[in-house]
Amino acid sequence: MKDTGGTLLILALHFSLLSFLAIGGAISALPEMHRQAVDVYQWMTSTQFAQLVAIAQAAPGPNVLIVTLIGQQVAGIPGALIATICMCGPACAVAFYVVRGFHHFRESKWAIAVQAGLVPVSVGLVGATAFIVARSADQGWGTLAVTAVTFALAHWTRISPLWALAGASALGLAGVL
Amino acid sequence: MTENVLATSTVVPTVPDLFFGFAKIAISGFGGVLPWARRTIVQQRRWMSADEFNDLFAICQFLPGPNIVNFSLIYGSRVGGVPGAAAAVLGLVGPPTVLMIVLGTLYSRYGALPQARDALTGLAAAAAGLLIATAVSMAEMLPRRGLGAVLIAAAALVGVGPMQWPLLAVLIVLVPISIARAWRAA
Repeated sequence: MKDTGGTLLILALHFSLLSFLAIGGAISALPEMHRQAVDVYQWMTSTQFAQLVAIAQAAPGPNVLIVTLIGQQVAGIPGALIATICMCGPACAVAFYVVRGFHHFRESKWAIAVQAGLVPVSVGLVGATAFIVARSADQGWGTLAVTAVTFALAHWTRISPLWALAGASALGLAGVL
Repeated sequence: MTENVLATSTVVPTVPDLFFGFAKIAISGFGGVLPWARRTIVQQRRWMSADEFNDLFAICQFLPGPNIVNFSLIYGSRVGGVPGAAAAVLGLVGPPTVLMIVLGTLYSRYGALPQARDALTGLAAAAAGLLIATAVSMAEMLPRRGLGAVLIAAAALVGVGPMQWPLLAVLIVLVPISIARAWRAA
């Protein structure tokens, strides 16, 4: 990094804004993170992005911590901390002031409308996330088959997803993919 | 009635309880923290009734930002004010952030080695499959919300996915349309 201060500032601004755009959870904001990190700033390749998402999914913790990994790749430990704090902080501040004492939330009409209105958007965004990560992870027929089989196991069986992640890593390590 | 019975049997956590409780939830939470949060908070520690949990989580889904982090913050502040909020959020985010930094450092150092690269290729392909499964199970509940909901979701998917339009632009267009639609239906 030639200009660490500038990069940290970009990370801070980018994730502070994204903090408010993550409708229905941090996972909805993944395509925007991909657009910024891969296309706009060219911090990493699409393949690296998919690998970081995979590491975040395989590790325990809230989904939002993909931003820690992105920040860390871009600007080391300061980048990791700034990305994490900026992704959680601004939205948390809003949450703190908006909902104190707001106990009977589910009964007001506007709250119901806003909540119901956000659902289709967030479903579409999670779909976009799946699309972006699947395309970034695609290295040919072997990887497409792994993606398809993992989807089938997760959707139609109750097998822990950790087995699919472990099995797919083993296949990769064996040089099959 | 049920709610009252459960509410009287809930216990109020102290500030250290909040930190360690949410840290345990975070570290147990492979592939999403929500199921562990529910199990720990409602069943094991009885900090909230199931209804209270659902109500608070509904608020957090409506607020922007990471849901579960908002949840820990609001719950912590209700129970223990600012120290409670800080303890809950730091418990939830702190330990896994340290883990992520360790994993990220290993990735920077060894991620380009052939063996690591091959394993990560498989891991990423499987992670994509899990995300597709999440998206499909969420999409399955859309049709009963009407054709409009399906179209809005499709527009968000295509605009932010294949078209790679900026998220802010897509939200500015779609969110007001979708809320207006829900308002008329409500």
